[in-house]
Amino acid sequence: MSGATLLKETGPKEVFCGLTSIVWLHRRMPDAFFLVVGSRTCAHLIQSAAGVMIFAEPRFGTAILEERDLAGLADAHEELDRVVKNLLTRRPEIRTLFLVGSCPSEVIKIDLARAAERLNSQFNGKVTILNYSGSGIETTFTQGEDGALKALVPLMPESQHKQLLLVGTLANAVEDRLITIFKRLGINKIDSFPPRQSTQLPSVGPGTKILLTQPYLTDTARVLKDRGAEILEAPFPLGVEGSRLWIEAAAKSFGVNQSLVDETLEPLIIRARKALKPYIEKLNGKKLFLLPESQLEIPLARFLQMECGMELLEIGTPYLNREMMKPEIDLLPENVRIVEGQHVEKQLDRVREKKADLVVCGMGLANPLEAEGFSTKWSIEMVFSPIHGIDQAADLAELFARPLIRHDLLNPTSH
Amino acid sequence: MELTLWTYEGPPHIGAMRIASSMKGVHYVLHAPQGDTYADLLFTMIERRGKRPPVTYTTFQARDLGGDTAELVKGHIREAVERFQPDALLVGESCTAELIQDQPGSLAKGMGYEIPIVNLELPAYSKKENWGGAETFYQLVRGLLKNHSQNQPDHKPTAWKSEGRRPRVNLLGPSLLGFRCRDDILEIQKILSQHGIDINVIAPLEASPADLIRLTKADANVCLYPEIAESTCIWLERTFGHPYTKTIPIGVGATQDFIEEVHKILELDFPTAKEEIDQSRLTWYSNSVDSNYLTGKRVFIFGDGTHAISAARIADKELGFKVVGIGTYSREMARQVRSVAKELELEALITNDYLEVEEAIKECAPELVLGTQMERHSAKRLGIPCAVISTPMHVQDVPARYSPQMGWEGANVIFDDWVHPLMMGLEEHLIGMFRHDFEFTDGHQSHLGHVGGSTKETEAAQSQTIQDSIDSNRADHLPCWTSEGEIELSKIPFFVRGKVRKNTEKYARQIGCQEIDGEILLDAKAHFKA
Repeated sequence: MSGATLLKETGPKEVFCGLTSIVWLHRRMPDAFFLVVGSRTCAHLIQSAAGVMIFAEPRFGTAILEERDLAGLADAHEELDRVVKNLLTRRPEIRTLFLVGSCPSEVIKIDLARAAERLNSQFNGKVTILNYSGSGIETTFTQGEDGALKALVPLMPESQHKQLLLVGTLANAVEDRLITIFKRLGINKIDSFPPRQSTQLPSVGPGTKILLTQPYLTDTARVLKDRGAEILEAPFPLGVEGSRLWIEAAAKSFGVNQSLVDETLEPLIIRARKALKPYIEKLNGKKLFLLPESQLEIPLARFLQMECGMELLEIGTPYLNREMMKPEIDLLPENVRIVEGQHVEKQLDRVREKKADLVVCGMGLANPLEAEGFSTKWSIEMVFSPIHGIDQAADLAELFARPLIRHDLLNPTSH
Repeated sequence: MELTLWTYEGPPHIGAMRIASSMKGVHYVLHAPQGDTYADLLFTMIERRGKRPPVTYTTFQARDLGGDTAELVKGHIREAVERFQPDALLVGESCTAELIQDQPGSLAKGMGYEIPIVNLELPAYSKKENWGGAETFYQLVRGLLKNHSQNQPDHKPTAWKSEGRRPRVNLLGPSLLGFRCRDDILEIQKILSQHGIDINVIAPLEASPADLIRLTKADANVCLYPEIAESTCIWLERTFGHPYTKTIPIGVGATQDFIEEVHKILELDFPTAKEEIDQSRLTWYSNSVDSNYLTGKRVFIFGDGTHAISAARIADKELGFKVVGIGTYSREMARQVRSVAKELELEALITNDYLEVEEAIKECAPELVLGTQMERHSAKRLGIPCAVISTPMHVQDVPARYSPQMGWEGANVIFDDWVHPLMMGLEEHLIGMFRHDFEFTDGHQSHLGHVGGSTKETEAAQSQTIQDSIDSNRADHLPCWTSEGEIELSKIPFFVRGKVRKNTEKYARQIGCQEIDGEILLDAKAHFKA
């Protein structure tokens, strides 16, 4: 590991909990439904985080625990069965139902694994019922996706074939593009997980080589390894360099001739660098502070420093999986400050003290920082935007340049 | 357990945050797991505030549960008091912390601080946001006035006369995430000052704990939002003998009544009624010839108690609409909404389930929906114009411009807000009527273009989807439409089409007809007119 300074911090946090990942997972798998077993707060949270309002009947909901459930006047399991039955009667198109654990359901120890098992036998294969935890006492933001995918792994069919599997939710267009590139390299047996339909699970087995597309899939990676798959070690596919190394890791593993790789990627790289140029001019030398939220902080910081010339003041991350992050941290400059955990007040003090030019943060903090004169970028935008791959490098840089451009437009005299 | 896909109100601690964030010098230590910090975005994004809410969350995690969470709470309280130095501290817990039973309020009180500390007990599994807001405001006022001389039955709202000063009142109830509160209080202040009445304190919005201690210096209280302030007003009346107003000044008639009520309580001489009426344009606008088409428009109303009740009066008495449905999600105000419904010969819909509201809208096929942002979506799906009159808050409900709901200007704003969607409907109909004229191109669409007057194909497809959504619960025995009947139906303006379809089917069933053609449609029309 390189010379990054790894620090831990504890104190008040300002992060979304794992329930929030429902917001993109339900869009990825339109035949799945996410039922949070929790409180009114959980219902209010996903509704508020899901763009505040919804335009159709959503594919997520909450079984709200009430006084009776807590006082033992009602059997929580019977109640849950009743709610699930109601839901499935009303929404017969649901193929996979995720029971999602929350803080209250975990504190009162409702056994959702047992509930899923029981309901599965009741619905007899018509609907698959799974469970995972998205609770704020166990998980942050993107870890919810890790939980959901881990729950799906046991259902994946077995395969001995040599194949490539991309793991982690990507924008469909980006995913198609990456698959096209791998096919140009002659890697034809290629699949992605999660699939676009919850019932069309890809296979996995000893021949499966895995490229993680997102850095927050620690548990999923572990259970896929248990199924015999090999996790290819690479940085994450953000930016030109990250994406190149990521693609090369697969190419190497599949024995693709390096000259074919160069031939295929070189024109893409040249084009991407050209597109990046105007943003590099804007970002170069600017001081970046990343508050912890999505787990994408380290790969983003690496791209923005390495390819866009930004100065890294601090990289906050909700938690640090050193093994998984090693290829990323190796690419970071000496003495970069990585802070795991959070004391939000002290962190904001450092943002002010070090006069960050751009702050990557959660939704709750952005406007107050803007009001203090800081330019900000929402972390959550990174999990919704098509940012992966060589072709997207300029779009990714643009996301960070935009707040700076806007700031200069609106405050022409400030510099 | 209750299945919810969407909810009108958050949990009670959100109500408490609304009070804390509305005020100055108040800090709230909330014992809550880390995910609960999402609530900040309600204030910084929906209200677009440049300040974080004054809330310190303990953000405990699973690994903390094995240890001493009470110490964790105390640590956060200590840090919050040192860092923010509040004038008063609220201490409470969210749903998860309630289960661990650390009793953070008692812990805080045992820490020996000089500042007033209010221990909030908000049962998260049985109560909701507005209740939490009301309870927090009440506990805070009570806590701060605790040492004040109690029971002053000799308080006279007319004391201003003998003391030789202008009368003064408190405005109670406006809060952040309340519907247009920021502008309402300016409007009410203006009206009261025109009548020589001063404002003593406005709370909770922008008030400090010191302001709350001054509450008793008023002659009377004005309860602007009963959802938040009624329990406090009742307590102030019981404890200090301060009367409070019951009329909510939304609409011309209610504003008039409100002014009268305030005058009566303070024993002020009342000015002539005529002057008052002239202050708002709503009255003349709804009398003007252009408003002819508003007469008898069928409206469906759903929102919080205060705004739903006010909307019913304006719709019925001031705009000449016909209220065909009314309801609220505020269970605390169910009784009042029911009695308003009864006067309108309706059954009030008291529910927290937006799907039930959508069903009710379909059922009575209104021409205008006055609802929350959720009813706006439902109405859009049904192809009905809609105006938003109530919380839950959406970023669109925090406009940059001045747009109160209360007082004379509020009535003007309401006239515009409600009537414009209807005019758009009319415009859409005209575009539809003239779309075959040679100089007319398909590009012409109002904002409702997706609903009505676009090209024939999209219109047919659109009306089909709307119809499908209406038909989803249709029984098999219903009469069916011939293609000629459907063509005739499509000539009816889209905003009454649903109603006509329903009536025609009802008529066809009555006469035992299985197929509906153009003639049956005309027969039905004549039947229901007669």
